[in-house]
Amino acid sequence: MTSTDLAIILPEIVLALFAMLALLGAVWTGKDESASTVSWITAAVLVAVAIWISLSGGGTRVAFGGMFVDDAFARFAKVTLLLAAAIVLILSEGFFSRRGALHFEYPVLIVLASVGMMVMVSAGDLIALYMGLELQSLSLYVLAAIRRDSVKSTEAGLKYFTLGALSSGLLLYGASLTYGYAGSTVFKDIFAAATDGHVGIGLLLGLTFMISGFAFKVSAVPFHMWTPDVYEGSPTPVTAFFASAPKMAAMAMFARAMHDAFGDAVADWQQIVALVAVLSIFLGAIAGIGQRDIKRLMAYSSISHMGFALLGLAAGTERGVSAMLIYMAIYVTMNIGTFAFILSMEREGQHVTRIDGVSMLSRKEPLKALAMLVLLFSLAGVPPLVGFFGKFAVLTAALDADLVWVAVLGAVGSVISAFYYLRIVYYMYFGSDEVEQIDGSMSPVQWVVLMVSAAIMVVGVINLFGIDGLAASAAASLVVN
Amino acid sequence: MQNLISIITFLPLIAALILALFLKGEDEAAQRNAKWLALIATTATLFISLFLLFGFDPSNTGFQFVEDRDWLLGLKYKMGVDGISILFVMLTTFLMPITIASCWDVKVRVKEYMIAFLLLETLMLGVFTALDLVLFYLFFEGGLIPMFLIIGIWGGKDRIYAAFKFFLYTFLGSLLMLVAMIAMYVDAGTTDIPTLMQHTFASETFPVLGFQIVGGVQTLLFLAFFASFAVKMPMWPVHTWLPDAHVQAPTAGSVVLAAILLKMGGYGFLRFSLPMFPVGSEVMSTFVFWLSAIAIVYASLVALAQEDMKKLIAYSSVAHMGYVTMGIFTVNQQGLDGAIFQMLSHGFVSGALFLIVGVVYDRMHTRDIAAYGGLTVRMPVYALIFMLFTMANVGLPGTSGFVGEFLTLMAIFQVNTWVALVATSGVIFSAAYALWLYRRVMLGDLIKESLKTISDTTPRERAIFAPLVVMTLLLGVYPSLVTDIIGPSVEALIGQYDTALNDYAPATELAMTGDH
Repeated sequence: MTSTDLAIILPEIVLALFAMLALLGAVWTGKDESASTVSWITAAVLVAVAIWISLSGGGTRVAFGGMFVDDAFARFAKVTLLLAAAIVLILSEGFFSRRGALHFEYPVLIVLASVGMMVMVSAGDLIALYMGLELQSLSLYVLAAIRRDSVKSTEAGLKYFTLGALSSGLLLYGASLTYGYAGSTVFKDIFAAATDGHVGIGLLLGLTFMISGFAFKVSAVPFHMWTPDVYEGSPTPVTAFFASAPKMAAMAMFARAMHDAFGDAVADWQQIVALVAVLSIFLGAIAGIGQRDIKRLMAYSSISHMGFALLGLAAGTERGVSAMLIYMAIYVTMNIGTFAFILSMEREGQHVTRIDGVSMLSRKEPLKALAMLVLLFSLAGVPPLVGFFGKFAVLTAALDADLVWVAVLGAVGSVISAFYYLRIVYYMYFGSDEVEQIDGSMSPVQWVVLMVSAAIMVVGVINLFGIDGLAASAAASLVVN
Repeated sequence: MQNLISIITFLPLIAALILALFLKGEDEAAQRNAKWLALIATTATLFISLFLLFGFDPSNTGFQFVEDRDWLLGLKYKMGVDGISILFVMLTTFLMPITIASCWDVKVRVKEYMIAFLLLETLMLGVFTALDLVLFYLFFEGGLIPMFLIIGIWGGKDRIYAAFKFFLYTFLGSLLMLVAMIAMYVDAGTTDIPTLMQHTFASETFPVLGFQIVGGVQTLLFLAFFASFAVKMPMWPVHTWLPDAHVQAPTAGSVVLAAILLKMGGYGFLRFSLPMFPVGSEVMSTFVFWLSAIAIVYASLVALAQEDMKKLIAYSSVAHMGYVTMGIFTVNQQGLDGAIFQMLSHGFVSGALFLIVGVVYDRMHTRDIAAYGGLTVRMPVYALIFMLFTMANVGLPGTSGFVGEFLTLMAIFQVNTWVALVATSGVIFSAAYALWLYRRVMLGDLIKESLKTISDTTPRERAIFAPLVVMTLLLGVYPSLVTDIIGPSVEALIGQYDTALNDYAPATELAMTGDH
């Protein structure tokens, strides 16, 4: 029995062992001198595990009495987040190496966070969920503060830790209420506790607290306050990481908890999630307008995007989950490309993040500016770029579930957020020559990531690379059980 | 030819890709290559589209040259033309080579300029041929990106403001339309346009926030589409982006904007609003009539007061589009024929007028009417061309402008006499502003020192105007060229519309007596 259980969590075990091995190896060899090598090996291992997971058999397998679920949904999320983590790691390696600030702990922490995320998306039990979440969160807190000599970075880490601990507290409180009223921490038992499509008042309280905790992790309004500060304060590669893999993991965990544990009481959580979604879309769109720092802007942009992904979840249907997965996969791809560009923003050797730094980039670097233009319009959801199909899928799911007002408000919100993406395009194409412009060149890795990501946004219009089919089967595996 | 429409639609895109990927450098030779490649590609598109025109069977009211393939998310890649759309396709392919030729003297970022226009041609052709809702939306909205850049990069002084205004206005309208499209998808279970045209959407009256919505879902869907098409059209009072965008856009940008992009709104009304929401259209028609009548009179009066030539023509476009919306919602043969005719004619005439402004702007670098006067002395050929298109703009019999205005006015007279009365007064105003413009720019003595050396049109410029002159006169004296092609399809559309209304009529009376 145990051996089959262990076989199911083999990818997680392999990664965890690799993390320890990498740590020991780096300490014994040259500490920070070997960090570069360790990073590349780590990225290769992450990609290898992603390929392994995507090739491993179909179907749903359950380990440890329901604590750990391996299904198409989990595999979709894991492959996305592992690939995202690998790409961000390679981008970070270049960024930190140039500045002589690459610590060997960095790749190790990324792997540990990834293991945590894999457990999160596969958790079939509140304890397993919390365990994965904390493993991820603790790694992320350290990552945020990894530049010990920078006050801003330390501050970001501390803020993230304090507020993260609060949200974990909320989540735990909700989980304990749920355990108290459902009599079990396993999702499928909690599922059975909902009768006639509704949960009792105690369970409802637990559900609400848990949603608050999840909303914090996906940085949805009203638990978004940490996002701009942490995004701005953390070193840029870490911000890129925050904006990609953990978002995917948190969203998948959110969806799994809602559908696996409370799938029989959709009406009870649908309205909360819908409200959170609409508020996030609007707050992200409106608060982003005044931003002058591109990292802060991306923070608000991610809040708005999370709102859209939550709109898919709010539909409470299989179609909604599939739309959410498509949206997240597209979002992660766009975001990594955008951050590859942000990482390359330099002036006289110093990393700058002021938005007007990109002024008149189209004259100096037409191809780079064009790629960035494609990504920004895709983020805004303008057809024919792929970003539009994410919005389309989500809005279809919402209308299909009769959330008409929510969908209309979402559409209005996305017009507002289009403004700040347009403003970046404005600086790149029609800005003035008088401001301090960026003058750095891109490293080959950054260039490739930016170009590939932009190309995906254009070419994907042909068939979305088939991810809609994968997302649909992933959603089917989640919503059925 | 199985893929004729796809070939026509994507040929400019392929040329744009070749330009983007293989053409390097900003020197003289590269600029010349870019221009020639763009010209050849658009001309080739024109010739291939002629096969479409000659292979088209007007008596068949269904869609022809249909292509149908599976696409993503359960959507279809479906293209085709019918009697209503084919002439818009022809208008686009006809005007694009002219547009490209007209910007031969552009020096700033020529390659990007050509890419933007080629991209725009693909998107516009796609709008007129798409037979899947989402595919249509893709093309419809995609035009925003190149247009945003064209206005923003190559425009005049306040180009940034104009570009943002253009983008955000149209984006808001379009997203509401997107929500409506998805609602239709959810209701009918398909995004196939021919199927949706046969689908009947619910029209029972129901309350929203205390208001009784007569015509129910159909009216709401109509309004969502209206939000998008009215902005694109543009109708009063959401027309304000147009004068800004026009004044700031470069000449070729203005031509494309006025001659083709504005037609997307009208085409949308014909393709979606009338066949899919007949009840909604009927409920809202009086509202649209009055908006149109106001647009005609108000825009004409505003045009009278303009100091800038391009702005004047932009307001005249708003007025002319008023005739189009008025004609469309009368839903009778004259009205629809007239509206389509007016759109095509406006394509030639307004395009030519913007080119005419471009000719003097290239020489004097000002569009101020006050800066000109007495140009007939030094520019006789130019004076003649300007005269012809001024007359066509006024709607003089014998030019294409007359047919459209006359038919739409005749149609509205049968439906609503008061609107007809107000709208007809617009004809007088349009004569006033157009003739006054001509007088101020062309007639009188040539007293301004700066104009003493101005030269007449070059052979290139004459070659550009020649096809437009021919089309304006040809359609003016022989309108059956157009009406023979659109007639049967329009008739079928009206028949379907009337049937739908007859089915609804008893319910309407109930709603009228009950809740109002």
